Amino acid sequence: MASMLNHQLSTCAISSSSSTFFNKTNFISSTSSNLSLPLKNPRIQCVANPPAEKTTYTTKVSRNANMAKLQAGYLFPEIARRKAAHMLKYPDAQVISLGIGDTTEPIPEVITAAMAKRAQSLSTIEGYSGYGAEQGEKQLRSAIASTFYKGLGIEEGDIFVSDGAKCDISRLQVLFGSNVTIAVQDPSYPAYVDSGVIMGQTGQFQKDVEKYGKIEYMKCTPENGFFPDLSTVARSDIIFFCSPNNPTGAAATREQLTRLVQFAKDNGSIIVYDSAYSLYISDESPQSIFEIPGAKEVALETSSFSKFAGFTGVRLGWTVVPKELLFSDGFPVAKDFNRIVCTCFNGSSNIPQAGGTACLSPEGVKAMSEVVGFYKENTKIIVDTFNSLGFKVYGGKNAPYVWVYFPGRSSWDVFAEILEKTHIVTTPGSGFGPGGEGFIRVSAFGHRENVLEACRRFKQLYKFISNDESKLLENAWIGKHMVLHLASSRQVYQELGVWSENRPPDNLPQ
Amino acid sequence: MASKQITDRAVNHVWKYPDAKLISLGIGDTTEPIPHVIASSMIDYVQALSTPEGYRGYGAEQGNKELRKAIAQKFYKDTGITDTEVFVSDGAQCDISRLQLLLGSNVTTAVQDPSFPAYTDSSVIIGQAGDFDDRNQKYRNIEYMSCGPQTHFFPDLSITPRTDIIFFCSPNNPTGHAASRVQLQQLVEFAHKNGSIIVYDSAYAVYITDDSPRSIFEIPGAKEVAIEISSFSKFAGFTGVRLGWTVVPKELRLSNGFPIINDFNRIVCTCFNGASRISQAGGLASLSSDGFKAARSRIDYYMANAKILLDAFASLGLKVYGGTNAPYVWVHFPGLSSWDVFNMILEKTHIITVPGSGFGPGGEEYMRISAFGNRKTIVEATRRLESLLP
Repeated sequence: MASMLNHQLSTCAISSSSSTFFNKTNFISSTSSNLSLPLKNPRIQCVANPPAEKTTYTTKVSRNANMAKLQAGYLFPEIARRKAAHMLKYPDAQVISLGIGDTTEPIPEVITAAMAKRAQSLSTIEGYSGYGAEQGEKQLRSAIASTFYKGLGIEEGDIFVSDGAKCDISRLQVLFGSNVTIAVQDPSYPAYVDSGVIMGQTGQFQKDVEKYGKIEYMKCTPENGFFPDLSTVARSDIIFFCSPNNPTGAAATREQLTRLVQFAKDNGSIIVYDSAYSLYISDESPQSIFEIPGAKEVALETSSFSKFAGFTGVRLGWTVVPKELLFSDGFPVAKDFNRIVCTCFNGSSNIPQAGGTACLSPEGVKAMSEVVGFYKENTKIIVDTFNSLGFKVYGGKNAPYVWVYFPGRSSWDVFAEILEKTHIVTTPGSGFGPGGEGFIRVSAFGHRENVLEACRRFKQLYKFISNDESKLLENAWIGKHMVLHLASSRQVYQELGVWSENRPPDNLPQ
Repeated sequence: MASKQITDRAVNHVWKYPDAKLISLGIGDTTEPIPHVIASSMIDYVQALSTPEGYRGYGAEQGNKELRKAIAQKFYKDTGITDTEVFVSDGAQCDISRLQLLLGSNVTTAVQDPSFPAYTDSSVIIGQAGDFDDRNQKYRNIEYMSCGPQTHFFPDLSITPRTDIIFFCSPNNPTGHAASRVQLQQLVEFAHKNGSIIVYDSAYAVYITDDSPRSIFEIPGAKEVAIEISSFSKFAGFTGVRLGWTVVPKELRLSNGFPIINDFNRIVCTCFNGASRISQAGGLASLSSDGFKAARSRIDYYMANAKILLDAFASLGLKVYGGTNAPYVWVHFPGLSSWDVFNMILEKTHIITVPGSGFGPGGEEYMRISAFGNRKTIVEATRRLESLLP
């Protein structure tokens, strides 16, 4: 049992699923139940001195009920776990990751040179610095304000540098506390919901609708242009809004955001606006919520260098809290956020901050736009591929995510099938909320040749089905995918060279 | 907040005495450069990020496997703690808050009095602490375990009520006391008896010069009752680089049998995205034989400072504590308010210190003197201190 425990724990590095590994039925118990059999049969002898029954020690600290509400692991470690399992199963397969939105291209030298310089100076007497301001280095805060918020009345003092948007979201949740109500887009980046659950803002998970109680899920679909119908949205204290959106790729228009700001104003709500993909915008969509008049009184904004500069492993982001944003008693939100930042955080690492400042130099901005441009070209290739295959494709214009419609199918099924048949990792839409069901998110980060190869494999997989389908049906969208479902899986697999006699398709996820 | 008040007073002081050369023996911030062997590993890592072969994106939220292994090997050898129980972070202060998030608002907590303010402050923020009582300067729902010279800086556990969580820092900030093996055995037994969880902060373990335990896990039975947090800040001069770790043993279980490591892992995956890979590269280098040796030389440097300060205050006839197992000297000014003493020291010697009351009511009458600083500055400080008392 101990070795199983160890094995399971060693996979904790890529998986965060808790209840699936350690539910009550399989935690270590060294109760020697076989020694406590009553002596019904005199031929069964107990050992003269049987070892005393050993029960596992537990503390008397109750588990946080909020943690128990979480359904499974965080989405992305789960994707990583399935990828790893797949690679174990097919050790020779060339697995291509278009799942977790992880950057792949090297960081431009102008940026790493600045970080190297900072690291070097830390080893000198003149250059050494210890604790930095928890809110971030002055020159970086200033550069963020002038680069991203020029002319919007956002100043250096409104910027709080962090180790990334995901961490900021949790710190914001700690700030808001357990008594607030939240609204999220459906689908949305899982950290908003999960952090809300952990903080105690939600009720139990309702399996029939795949939603947590007390959260207002604002459906975002092709039918409503991926912007919620605010007339049907109940008031909540906090509204999480991500634009350009992860996972749908939709960028809200000025008109939509104006309505959102008005909605927040009317309801006295606070918008937490996630603009981590703002540099991917190709059209006139606003890059910051603060472009909307009145937003400073109802919104704060979080963003990140992760997808702009390839800083996913370097860790650097920021949150803007305008001075004008006040709680119901008039207390400035920024003051409380400052307190959180000083108590629950100790500042971002100084070396990444030096990198961030370099990112925002003229040369750095140019270099970042080249990296972003590269991923945008990837995105176009993926969009074109799915379009050519006749899929309904969304996103991909203002974000490095392509949101592909697979009507009538479970997205985990499609995920598993794509993984099995083409060795490509994607992300199932339902991982982002029930509104994601029927969609697959394909992320556009990757080396060009991998993206091209992935698209070749997609074409092979779906063209084959298209040919098959055209023999049976003509313009039936749903029909196409029913054929995929009903056609002999074995035949399909054999054609693609991924069928093995001894291995049926992998277990479909729940 | 004490540190803001200190800064404000320092600013006022400089305004009043523009020519005064302010010396800070206040905030516990490292001052000596990061050793070359450690810095160069970070430089190499950063440069590699500009190459196709060297570029890395997201790391495991729990930390780089090699680093986790090195931490387990270096600090937990012979305790049975493995790399899978080590979670790398961006520092102990951040870990404390993540632990609080994990534990939730319904647990009761105990802290040493005096203690590092983050335990209390995070407890308040998460909703465990209840209201502040102005009369006794304590939060109503927190158990304050008095730690003073009369009880060898260890709480009298016979009068300590049960709490779910016990925050314990050793070597201690601010008193400098390193708990003995006997004391820690008592603590572990106490936790066992009460079904409590000890959150053991060992950020200053490398400063220990005698044979006091460096880790709570040196005590038998501790793995069933304790979590340990630590940091590269004071060890490798990483106060600005940001790197630490938390050890959560597999054996530590909540009352329903659930291993708390699973919940901590979930927190780490949801509320965090891993420590900077660059910092982790530096951390790994600091645990190499050369790196560790170099880091040690800084620690020895600070401890030599501590001895100088210890002697300086003792020679004034004051009772001094700490300074031998931690870079903090804890000086008793009987009958005086610690803010008054702060002001007096600042006014007479232009030296910034930290009033003990900033660490809890048990810190009143004491001053924390930190031993970080350039040797010249420390010596200059002691020269000025000669004229402190009439």
